[in-house]
Amino acid sequence: MAIVEARNIRKYFGEVRAVDGVNLATREGEFLVLLGPSGCGKTTLLRMIAGLEKPSAGEIVIGAQVVNSLPPRARKIAMVFQSYALYPHMRVFNNIAFPLKAQGVPKKARKEKVEWAAAMFGIERLLDRKPRELSGGERQRVALARALVREPDVFLLDEPLSNLDAKLRTAARYELQQFQKRIGTTTIYVTHDQVEAMGLGDRIAVMNEGKLRQMGMPQEVYDEPADTFVASFLGSPPMNMVERNNDIVGFRPEHLLPTEVHGTSEHLVTFQFHLSRVEHLGAGRLLYGLLGAPFADQKVIANLASNVMIVFQPGMSYTFAVKTANLKFFDRATGLRIEPRPL
Amino acid sequence: MTVLRSTVLGARLIRLRDDEHWLGRLMLAPAIAYIALLIGFPFFLALYYSVSDITVGGRTMSYVGLRNFLAIVQNPTFIMALKNTLTFAFVSQILVLILANVLAQALMKDFRGKWVVRFLILLPWVAPISLGSIGWLWMFDSIYSVINWTLQAVGILDHNTRIMWLGKPALAMASVITVHVWRLLPLATVILIAGLSSVPQDIHDAAAVDGAGFWRHHFQITIPLVAPIMTVAVLFGFVFAFTDMIVIYVLTRGGPYNSTQVLASLAFFTGIDGGDLAEGAAISLFLFPLLVAAAFAFLHLARRVEVT
Repeated sequence: MAIVEARNIRKYFGEVRAVDGVNLATREGEFLVLLGPSGCGKTTLLRMIAGLEKPSAGEIVIGAQVVNSLPPRARKIAMVFQSYALYPHMRVFNNIAFPLKAQGVPKKARKEKVEWAAAMFGIERLLDRKPRELSGGERQRVALARALVREPDVFLLDEPLSNLDAKLRTAARYELQQFQKRIGTTTIYVTHDQVEAMGLGDRIAVMNEGKLRQMGMPQEVYDEPADTFVASFLGSPPMNMVERNNDIVGFRPEHLLPTEVHGTSEHLVTFQFHLSRVEHLGAGRLLYGLLGAPFADQKVIANLASNVMIVFQPGMSYTFAVKTANLKFFDRATGLRIEPRPL
Repeated sequence: MTVLRSTVLGARLIRLRDDEHWLGRLMLAPAIAYIALLIGFPFFLALYYSVSDITVGGRTMSYVGLRNFLAIVQNPTFIMALKNTLTFAFVSQILVLILANVLAQALMKDFRGKWVVRFLILLPWVAPISLGSIGWLWMFDSIYSVINWTLQAVGILDHNTRIMWLGKPALAMASVITVHVWRLLPLATVILIAGLSSVPQDIHDAAAVDGAGFWRHHFQITIPLVAPIMTVAVLFGFVFAFTDMIVIYVLTRGGPYNSTQVLASLAFFTGIDGGDLAEGAAISLFLFPLLVAAAFAFLHLARRVEVT
C-alpha cells in the first residue's frame, strides 16, 4: 500500500498541454477516480504515474519516494488497460504468471500465486485457454488477475469496464469495488463515465483541459461543484445554467419541480416554465422548456420522478420552483463558484 | 439488319458485363495465362526433361526413368553443391533474421531523418540485383578492392598483403553470403516493420508495467507476436536462397573449386553451358519436394500461431 502524489505535474506534446500543472494526492488504500471528457489529460496523468510517459515537469511520488527516474517495473504498480492488453500468444496461466516470472519468483511459488489470483476472480477453469477464446468479461478478469498477482502497492486502471456491454458493466463495477475493498490497495481509476465514477470512487478528481477542476467525495462533487465545468459534466441530464447579470445560476433538473410538489415550509424560488416537450423515460419524465421573466427564454430541463402524477401539456405554462438551498452561483467570467446571493 | 445485329451484340455485352461469374473469369484470365505459360509450362517441361536423356542440340529424346537423379547423387560436385546450398541458405537466413530484427526495431523508433534511412535501407531491393552484384564484384576485386584499400589505409593490413575475397573457398562463401544478406535485408526489414507496427502499444506498455526487461520483452512478447509475419520473411528468404543464382553467377561462377557452387548455378552450368538438359533439370528439381514441404510447414505454422 502506498500514497500516490502528483506534484505540479505537466506534460506537453509539442504545443498541446495534455496535463497542465496537476497537484493531487491519494489517501492510503483509497479508490480514487480520475474523471473527465476524452482529451482532458486523465489517461496521460495515469501513464505518467505508471512511468509509461515522462512528465515535462513536476514530480510523481509513490510511497514517499520520488519515482520520476524509475522505470515502470520499479514502481511497484500494476496496470489494467482499456484493451486489457493480454498477451495473445500466451495461455491465461502464463499471462497471469508473466509479472511473477519477471520478478524471478520460483516455479512452485508462481503456480500457487497464479491459482490464488485466479481464484480471486473465479477464472480457475480458464487457465488453459488463450485470450482469444475468452469473452470480454473473462478477459477483463484475467487482466485484473494479472495485475493482482504481484501484489502491487498501487493499482492503475484505465477505463477497464468500457469494453464491456452495459449489463455486464454494472456487475463488473460491483465486483471491482468489492475486490478493492477486500485487498485495500490504493487504486487510481480513469474513466469518462460519471456513473462509474459516482458508483466506484471514494473520491473523484474531475479534470478538464489538463487541469484538475475539483477533487472530493462523489456526493460532494455532485452537490457542491467548484465551477461550471464540474457542474455540467456530472449529472445526466446536466445541471441547468441560467444567466443573470454577471452570474450564472445553476440548479439540477431533479430540483426543478412543480411548486405543489415542494413542501410549503421551504424557501423556494419560483419560475414560469413554458413547456415545449415531454420525454417519458419509464422511471420518470424529462420536461424541456423555457423559463419566463426574468430569465426570459433560457432553456432548462426538469427531471420528474414517476411518483409525480401531474399531467403536463406541451405548449402550456406552469409554475415551477427550486429550493433556495439548491441554487448554485457561478461567476460568469471565470466560471468559478461564488457565494449564494438573493435572486 | 446491321443495326439489329449490333443491338443484339450490345445486349450480350451488357449481359456479360453484369454477370459477375463470367466477368470475374474473364478478368482473371490474363493472370492465369501468364502463370500457365511462363511458370507452369517450363515447370512441367523440366519435370519431363529430368526423366529423359535430352541434350542441347540433340535430336532424340527418350524416357530414362530416374537415371539422371541416380547419376547426380553419385556426383561429388553435386553433393558439394547441395552442402553449399544448405550453408548458403541457412547462414544467410540466420544473418538476415538477426539483422532485420535489429534494423526494424531501430526504425520503429522516432528519430530525425528516419525516412532517409528507411529509403537507403530499401535501396538494395529496388536496384537491379546484377548491377548491385557487379558493384560488389569490384569491391571484392583482389587488386582494386576498396575493402583491402581501406584495411591498408587504417593499418590493419600491411601494404603488400591483399586479401583474395573471391579466390579462397571460405572467403568466397562468406563474400557471396554477405552480398546475399545485403540484398535480402531490405525485404525482411520491411516485412518485420509491418509486423512490429501491428502489435498494439498497450501490449508493450503492459509488458513494461509487468516488469519485463529488454530481453524478456523482446523474446517473450515481441518476437512471438511477430513470429507469423517473420515466418513469411523467412520463407521468402529461403526460396530466394535456394532458387536464385544471380549473386553467385556474377561474383564467383561457383568457384573457386566449386566452393560456392549451389544447386541453381550447378543446374545452369550443367544444363545450359554443359548442354546436358536432362541432368540440369534433375539438379534443379532435386530440392523441389523439400521446398514444397518446407513452404507448407511454414504456412501452416504461420496460421497456427496467428494472433487475434
